[in-house]
Amino acid sequence: MSNIELLTNREYKYGFVTDIESETIPKGLTEDTIRLISAKKQEPEWMLEFRLKAYRQWLTMKEPRHWPNIKYPEVNYQDVIYYSAPKQKVNKASLDEVDPELLRTFEKLGIPLQEQKQLAGVAIDAVFDSVSVATTYKEKLKKHGVIFCSYTDAIRDYPELVKKYLGSVVPVGDNYFAALNSAVFSDGSFVFVPKGVRCPMELSTYFRINNQESGQFERTLIIAEEGASVSYNEGCTAPKFDKNQLHAAVVELVALDDAEIKYSTVQNWYAGDEEGKGGIYNFVTKRGKCAGRNSKISWTQVETGSAITWKYPSCILQGENSIGEFYSVALTNHSQQADTGTKMIHLGKNTRSTIISKGISAGKSNNSYRGLVKVMPKAEGARNYTQCDSMLIGSRCGANTFPYIEVMNNTARVEHEASTSKISEEQLFYLQQRGISQEDAVSLIINGFCKAVFRELPMEFAVEAQRLLGLKLEGSVG
Amino acid sequence: MAAPDDLRKMSTQIFTEENSYSLAHQELQEEPGRVASWVKRLRDEAFESFAHSGFPTTEQEEWKYTNVVQIAKAKFEPFIKSDADEGITQKQIAPFIYEEANSSRLVFINGIFNERLSSLESLPGETVAVDLARALTESEQAEIVREYLARSADVDGNPFTALNTAFLSGGAFLFFPAGVVVENPIHLLFISSAENSRFASFPRVLIVAGRGSSATVIESYASLKQGEYFTDAVVEVVIEDDARIEHYKVQNESEKAFHVARTIAELGRNSSYNSTVITLGARLSRHDISVNFNHEGAECWVDGLYIVEDGQHTDTHSVIDHKLPHCTSRQLYKGILNGKSRAVFNGKVFVRQGAQGTDAMQTNRNLMLSNDARVDTKPQLEIFADDVKCAHGATVGQLEEEELFYLVSRGLHTELARNLLTYGFAEEVVEKIKIDSIKAQLDEAVLNRLHARLEAQ
Amino acid sequence: MLEIRDLHASIEGKEILKGISLSINKGEVHAIMGPNGSGKSTLAKVLAGHPQYVVTKGEVLYEGRNLLEMPPDERAREGIFLAFQYPVEVPGVSNSQFLRLAYNEKQKHLNEEELDPLEFKDLLKERARIVEMDESFMNRSVNEGFSGGEKKRNEILQMAVLEPKLAVLDETDSGLDIDALRIVAGGVNKLRTPENAIVLVTHYQRLLNYIVPDYVHVLAGGRIVREGGKELALELEEKGYDWIKNMGTERSGAVKEKSFMEELQEL
Repeated sequence: MSNIELLTNREYKYGFVTDIESETIPKGLTEDTIRLISAKKQEPEWMLEFRLKAYRQWLTMKEPRHWPNIKYPEVNYQDVIYYSAPKQKVNKASLDEVDPELLRTFEKLGIPLQEQKQLAGVAIDAVFDSVSVATTYKEKLKKHGVIFCSYTDAIRDYPELVKKYLGSVVPVGDNYFAALNSAVFSDGSFVFVPKGVRCPMELSTYFRINNQESGQFERTLIIAEEGASVSYNEGCTAPKFDKNQLHAAVVELVALDDAEIKYSTVQNWYAGDEEGKGGIYNFVTKRGKCAGRNSKISWTQVETGSAITWKYPSCILQGENSIGEFYSVALTNHSQQADTGTKMIHLGKNTRSTIISKGISAGKSNNSYRGLVKVMPKAEGARNYTQCDSMLIGSRCGANTFPYIEVMNNTARVEHEASTSKISEEQLFYLQQRGISQEDAVSLIINGFCKAVFRELPMEFAVEAQRLLGLKLEGSVG
Repeated sequence: MAAPDDLRKMSTQIFTEENSYSLAHQELQEEPGRVASWVKRLRDEAFESFAHSGFPTTEQEEWKYTNVVQIAKAKFEPFIKSDADEGITQKQIAPFIYEEANSSRLVFINGIFNERLSSLESLPGETVAVDLARALTESEQAEIVREYLARSADVDGNPFTALNTAFLSGGAFLFFPAGVVVENPIHLLFISSAENSRFASFPRVLIVAGRGSSATVIESYASLKQGEYFTDAVVEVVIEDDARIEHYKVQNESEKAFHVARTIAELGRNSSYNSTVITLGARLSRHDISVNFNHEGAECWVDGLYIVEDGQHTDTHSVIDHKLPHCTSRQLYKGILNGKSRAVFNGKVFVRQGAQGTDAMQTNRNLMLSNDARVDTKPQLEIFADDVKCAHGATVGQLEEEELFYLVSRGLHTELARNLLTYGFAEEVVEKIKIDSIKAQLDEAVLNRLHARLEAQ
Repeated sequence: MLEIRDLHASIEGKEILKGISLSINKGEVHAIMGPNGSGKSTLAKVLAGHPQYVVTKGEVLYEGRNLLEMPPDERAREGIFLAFQYPVEVPGVSNSQFLRLAYNEKQKHLNEEELDPLEFKDLLKERARIVEMDESFMNRSVNEGFSGGEKKRNEILQMAVLEPKLAVLDETDSGLDIDALRIVAGGVNKLRTPENAIVLVTHYQRLLNYIVPDYVHVLAGGRIVREGGKELALELEEKGYDWIKNMGTERSGAVKEKSFMEELQEL
């Protein structure tokens, strides 16, 4: 099977550094740091209060070291730069004012920011280190009533909306990393889709960490009002550094009656080298609240990067008949560690959730699915179906499944299934006998293994995801 | 509810204040007799470990869903009288006897062996089936006991095992020498006589199956009165190469009792262990079962059925550890919950690096008959080898509407149809049992508990 | 087209083929028969390059080239096709997706035009008729949840799409009811041309009623113990394998048809 292992060793293409002058604040975290960040962003007092409250709470909390199936050296939170922004005009009225070096960087990453060069139908918010550098198609979206802008702009331009929903799904003290993010978050994306509007374009945020010393602490808030719907995608990359960098994001989704939010992620942060040197620590809190009746939140993630992933995109199914979905492919290789999964909290009547998780482990990596399905006493008729499949490539990696099922209502029906497979010699021989090279055969088998997840991704992302997994098939998902 | 930190403080506090365990432990250690010094040392170390850890709290992942503060709070008196006969008659224990093991039976009253009620005529001469307390003192067997006892039941991190070991005395020692095939099942019957007194008993069982031997062991717990008592049992099973052990555990303690038990099986090359655990009794019960594949080519079946009623809480934690290649494990646990009851299942399957050719399958199914019931289940796979077949599944739900409708449409009353389907749900485990009288007992228990009148219909 | 000379092969150190020599020309149909364990499936797998089998002696020339040097996928692209006795399931990969990939790999190799999904769909539709396969099969995962008969038909469909020069059908008749056998055999006959060659590996004579071979080779104990025309198969059917069973170990070389007939007369 060593041949298969060899095939999984691919060069990280996005490891370059952009040489750009940045404005960075000194390392370290105190109340003063937070005041400084808030001042730099010219924030209102209530925002500073929110941050300080989170910071004070964070100080009393402990890093979740015990339960996740990940191991890493102690993080010195005083050795991180909490704000780093490329020097440019803060208020970028048009793309012409964006530093050409930044435009080149994103173009190199396959994300052209000039609207005419983009794929039709996708609006992009580009986040570079701590700040959003450009948001495209803002005006076009505005005509439909859809707000798509940086978090900073949202705080300035739509304070009432932000005040209403900020921290409403992920409270400041939810967990250690969420508290840290709430204290220091520097930017991110804000989406508001008003009542009855179906967002006419795919929305997309592209995150790039460039500075070696800085962490990235972005925040995303998406609100879909009654009957609204939106499909949002995010992608992420970072340069290769020997040092680990911290990424602690918070994402909050709110779906009101009959609203639908589809959130897709292709995560390709730098994973570190073969020996596990360098790479991003990806400690992310993502949660959606199906607040209204018949609402739906669907998470799809393809996790291939990061040295360590700690991430559980979740759904609180509060509204009657609301639906939560989680589709995940997590690939770990070399020394990567991933502890990822979801939480489905059934509160309302007839709420339904589906979890499909595909884990692929190679090299010396360790890949864990951790999921909670909780049916509260009032969730009459709740349904959950969970399927977790693992594939191991080579005999030095690990695949783990930790499903927690807690049921407090007897009209609920919860089903969980998990299995493990490998790429069998017989399968490879069969495909090779039909003239398919070994490399393509491996890709084909992995693609087949992940199919149930890939087909949930928007077209452009599906292609990207396949390519990321080293797939050479031409647009044949679904 | 108090915060976890407070709970921990509380249970530690209770322990230091009440200290009934400490006094009893001291008393046991000072008891005149021929107990070997290694046994005393084992007890001391175990007690020290327990004194250090105290009772577990819900903050610990392994005890997340089961709160034992009631055990900690209750003033249980360790039952350490070695000559207590209690005057119990054969007639009194008759309902708990299995016909198949009528003359291969060891009876224990409150954890202490009772020779008068026991009967061992049908066992082959080479087989050793004795009171553990005796085996600890008699040199003939002491060597084997010393080699295997407390070898796999580690006390650190297992407070209840520590407590049991601290009071190590009564229980059973079964030894099947190489090649011995025991036809009749051996029944270890643990009876509690507690009514008003609050006993804690610490049954300890060591089963050693020599190369190529084969035997069936029934371990059962029952009570004469509906007393409030605490059983803390530890069973160690050592199965050498090519040996086979079939192990039944029937827990039918009093409805006010607390039952915490641990079973550990160590499997030799090409050996086989078949365990079935039936949980019916106790207000709170917890069973930890581990199977360690220490050699290649072994297989195990680890099955269970728990039926809990209003006010009962049961918790099963199992660990199946595939350390070496080509071992097969099959696990099926089913649970039926009635009234305000709670069931916890946690099943870990480990496949260690290099354990290629492992074939592991685990299933946990729960039937919730009442809306006040609660189920927490966590099957868990940790795999570090690629050429393996592993799967697990868990379900929580109620009876299938379709099936119910089908039976009702054939003219059955809804209530009867429900009972029939519930019975069918349990049957999957019951039908695997090879001892007819256990089967019959279970059929009766299931039906009784369902208040069914199948015969009358 | 194919020249096998004194082929020896083993699996996990156990020798299965103990000196096979055989030559196959284009336009010919050869049947390889023999009892279970005689080595006939091994021969098929060795020709396709199964990684578990090791060739310990002998050579195989395919169109003048050393076949044994080629990796399995190259053999396939060069026109060798093996219909598997137990076709393998590939979950999540649709039949049409898989077949287009295989087809285009071959086209690319031969410097011929590759087909886009729409063009390929038409081709597939046409070929599917040969084995009377429903279109719904094309969107299902390769062999997943197929019945035994469907799997075998799917193998012949693949053969129809890939148009091999040398097709080796390994026990394609096993597990088929009479209708399925008729369809599969009909498909193979339609694919038979003066330019290609077909090797039928089979235990029973039944298949040969539908696909008439030019030559029959009987294997026992890893050696060819009898060779002849299509009548040999009938003979074998009548007498059973018992009368040739020990020959593989007792006799070293192949026996000519003439002596076989003589032997029969003696009986």
